[in-house]
Amino acid sequence: MTGAEPPTWTGRALPRLEDPAIVRGWGRYVGDIAARDQSCLHARFVRSAVAAGRLISVTAPPGVTLFTAADLAEVKPIRAVLNRPDFVAVDTPILATGMVRFVGEPVGLVIAASEAEAEDALELVDVEIEPLPAVVSAEQALAPGAPLVHAVDYPGDPNTVVDGRIHTEGFDAAFARADRIVEIQVSSARQSAMPLEARAAHAAYDRASGRSTLHVTTQMPHLIRTGIAHSLGLREDDLRVVAPDVGGGFGAKMALAREDVALVWASRRLRRAIAWLETREENFLAAWHSREQVYDITGAFTADGELLALRGDLVCDVGAYSCYPVTWGVEPLMAMAELPGAYRVREYSVRSRAIVTNKCPIAPYRGVSRPVQVLAMERLFDVAAAELGLDRVAIRARNLITQFPHRSPSGLVLDEASHLETLRAATERADLADFRDRQERARAQGRYLGLGIACFAERTGYGTPAFAARSRPIQLGREPAPLITPGYERAVLTMDPSGALTLRIGASPHGQGLRTTLAQLVCDELGLEPGAVRVIASDTDATPYGWGSFASRAMVIAGGASLLAARELAARLRVLAAARLGGLPDDIELAGGQAVRAGEETGVSLATLARDTYLNAHLIPDKGEPALEAVGRYDPSGTFANACHVAEVEVDPLTGQVSVTRFLVAEDAGRLINPAIVDGQIHGGVAQGVANALYEELIYDERGVLVTTSLMDYLPPTIAEMPGIDIVHLDTRSAESITGAKGVGEGGTIGAPAAIANAVSDALAPFGVGVFHLPATPHRVRTAVRTGADIRRTEKGTAS
Amino acid sequence: MKPSPFEYVRPRDLAEALAAIAQDPDDSKILAGGQSLIPMMNFRLARPARLVDVNRVPGLAGLAADGDRVRVGTLTRHHAMERTPLPGPLGDLLRRAAAHVGHLPIRTRGTFGGSIAHCDAASEWCLVARLLDAEMTVRSQARGTRVIPAADFFQAVFTTAMAPDEILTSIALPALDEHYRTGIAEFARRAGDFAIVAATAAVRVEDGLVTEARICLGGVAEVPLRSAAAERVLLGARWSPELVTAAAEAAAADCDPPGDAHGDPAYRRDLVRALIPRALGLDVRR
Repeated sequence: MTGAEPPTWTGRALPRLEDPAIVRGWGRYVGDIAARDQSCLHARFVRSAVAAGRLISVTAPPGVTLFTAADLAEVKPIRAVLNRPDFVAVDTPILATGMVRFVGEPVGLVIAASEAEAEDALELVDVEIEPLPAVVSAEQALAPGAPLVHAVDYPGDPNTVVDGRIHTEGFDAAFARADRIVEIQVSSARQSAMPLEARAAHAAYDRASGRSTLHVTTQMPHLIRTGIAHSLGLREDDLRVVAPDVGGGFGAKMALAREDVALVWASRRLRRAIAWLETREENFLAAWHSREQVYDITGAFTADGELLALRGDLVCDVGAYSCYPVTWGVEPLMAMAELPGAYRVREYSVRSRAIVTNKCPIAPYRGVSRPVQVLAMERLFDVAAAELGLDRVAIRARNLITQFPHRSPSGLVLDEASHLETLRAATERADLADFRDRQERARAQGRYLGLGIACFAERTGYGTPAFAARSRPIQLGREPAPLITPGYERAVLTMDPSGALTLRIGASPHGQGLRTTLAQLVCDELGLEPGAVRVIASDTDATPYGWGSFASRAMVIAGGASLLAARELAARLRVLAAARLGGLPDDIELAGGQAVRAGEETGVSLATLARDTYLNAHLIPDKGEPALEAVGRYDPSGTFANACHVAEVEVDPLTGQVSVTRFLVAEDAGRLINPAIVDGQIHGGVAQGVANALYEELIYDERGVLVTTSLMDYLPPTIAEMPGIDIVHLDTRSAESITGAKGVGEGGTIGAPAAIANAVSDALAPFGVGVFHLPATPHRVRTAVRTGADIRRTEKGTAS
Repeated sequence: MKPSPFEYVRPRDLAEALAAIAQDPDDSKILAGGQSLIPMMNFRLARPARLVDVNRVPGLAGLAADGDRVRVGTLTRHHAMERTPLPGPLGDLLRRAAAHVGHLPIRTRGTFGGSIAHCDAASEWCLVARLLDAEMTVRSQARGTRVIPAADFFQAVFTTAMAPDEILTSIALPALDEHYRTGIAEFARRAGDFAIVAATAAVRVEDGLVTEARICLGGVAEVPLRSAAAERVLLGARWSPELVTAAAEAAAADCDPPGDAHGDPAYRRDLVRALIPRALGLDVRR
């Protein structure tokens, strides 16, 4: 949904500059690098088959190259910490030592000449573990006398590693004033981000320089280098980290893998290149899970639907270890801060916890906690509307934030957005009256249609201030800060002697199309075409330190930094041109590769200015640098994107099958730098939202063994399960983003689960049941129809 | 995901293939389309020491009339079944069943005989074979040819009546006259997935009366299950949607399906109830 193409490159649905190579098979992934390195060795990790136990021994017959924790005695564990009084920190050893804490935990590393031989060698390794009782659900972890996943001091309840609370001053009074209290529980199964490319790394060692080079499929090469260098006691410069083409990340590649640390260590030990290509089974077992959350929430409403106060008890099952760098606080702390979302919640009482269990650790996954937060709020409004006899759109409209900036009860400042407008745009396009007619006619024929709405605000593009706020501020004394506080991005823009531009960024694209969108932004400032700009990313040797691509931040922050760099370079070119053409720099226009004085026909080409800057430095008018280089830095506090999703479904009550028949997104991501890429982000995000809502679920059995370890059991939807997606764009500009863009990488995934849960509940209304747990699988839907009981989380969350 | 080491043999004719497998029957596997075997080898769930690739063996593919029967060559690809011009209710059934097999790339490689020899309880071809009481022709170097009826052929999960040194060469299906109503209905989580429950039906209706009734279910037992209860309800009765609903009820009550992550026994019985009418083309709702 875009109008006429704008006069600038920014705003055009330009085909992605990345794609011609990728669609021809010219992409270069870690697997390609390993395949082309004939001499590299191959690694496989020996993994625990037991959820909790004492590790007695890991042994192999002679002839098998096996490393265990004892070999890595000098290697420091990974420690991901937030500076909060309720935060419990633990070490993650690179290979398990003493104890194993989840099925799939690495206990050894075998190295062989080929992948197949490594797999043969793996079968010869003998692992002896004395099993101990495993904690496989948050309920079990919190039960009196529960085994401790980590034998450390817990400041509060056992196995509780984050316990955040907010209670606003007027909460109790507001709660007491309510006409109606609506109480629900919503929950989500464990899920995997499941990038198409599983984890992979190729570690090489250069004997001449003593340097290691790690090619790794990651979203954050600089942080991977920082983390590995710390563990191995290297100077950061001893390690170069490169992310080549990355086959999907979705958050699961923004955490430091123990396996990557072990691989670099083994490569340096053997002075050989070693590749590790994770299998899908390993990816399911050990490469980060997410979203296993249970929220009990209570809304205090007036009779006419105003939400006076919101109470929440949010529990996140975070698995066995804290992910580096964002820690196991990432889910509960986001949920606590952002639960009210797009709604005006004046009084708020919340407790949000991270509970450790003997399961795979969590890491961010597209949306992090927001899909469950939105599920909670949107189910609450639908249930409240039904109980109060109010219209579903009206109750939302009454409570959406309309005044900006808005200060949330958790202290977030929401900038200019369009909640009411997106709700209106989406519901008008959805034509609710027409839908009700269709629904009624269908019911008369024994067919069950449903429509669901979900509104959300999404904090995007947040820099250092937002990350710093998750911890208490600390004073720096003699002790180093125990924190990693991500946020800023830098961009270095260089014009070479031929007039071509190189933009080096700290962000690390892995499918977002940044090479296209940043080129669009930059070239507009300089009067060039996008093809003139080469974007260099994802190589610590070639790019400024940066935090990578995650949290819907790259377009806002790296985009902002690139824009600032481009403006600075443009200013320099104007100075140089004005010296040649006369007049003031402000009189110079940059267009079509030329610098022209206002009102004149001809000027001087940028290529000439560039050539003379480097090659005839004596001509530089102000004795300035013989270089054309500018550095942009941007570190915003964040900007909120918003959207309203509407899902239409048909439910087959006999089989429980849910078909998503129509999907509508009214999205406000501010200025669209490239509308085609924005739409692509929404399409992919909605697909993962459909997955969350109806299909994907990681299931552990009562012993803590993962049952769903292949794509026969873990079911991402295919294109056949996807509805058509209709997108309406709104454009609210915020001063918090200098490009005008808001982040849009996660929105699709955030709204879709709630919209679909509401739609299925609407369809099932004649049966008197609703959806309060996702995924709403056919088995669960059919069982609800048969028994007349809502779809809820079952005991332990492990049953089907 | 690399298989354990194995030897690869590619015979040029059936005699060579039988000789190759006869050398070490217990540790050999026949490779046809490889759509189940190769993933199982990659997962190291199957570890044959020798793979005998029969794809170059001539004369094992295609459909041919054989008296009152249709003979299907073991190497006939699913995609060829999907495109078969065979007329009548049997052709309809084969085309519809083929369309449920995996995705197009799977159908262009996977084979009819391979699917039957693999003996997955949810496999469309195992269901069809059991539904129509197909006859499987198998051959070994030592004992020559023998014919095994479907009722004896499918024994347990991934287990047939074939000896390890035997190759399934063809499958004979009865031609069905125009009085038959045939069909298949499946419930799978996604397009192309193995069915959680599948129902196939071949019911002969003449002058409004059911003169023959065959109902075969997948996903409710270790092997394809003929529902004697449903067939009893149908046989000899006057054809009506209500009759089919009653047969479906009888089938659901009579079976004893397993439970797993995709559904408990009660859910599978619900699916049986829903799918039998749909297999017979009835649009049954709640």
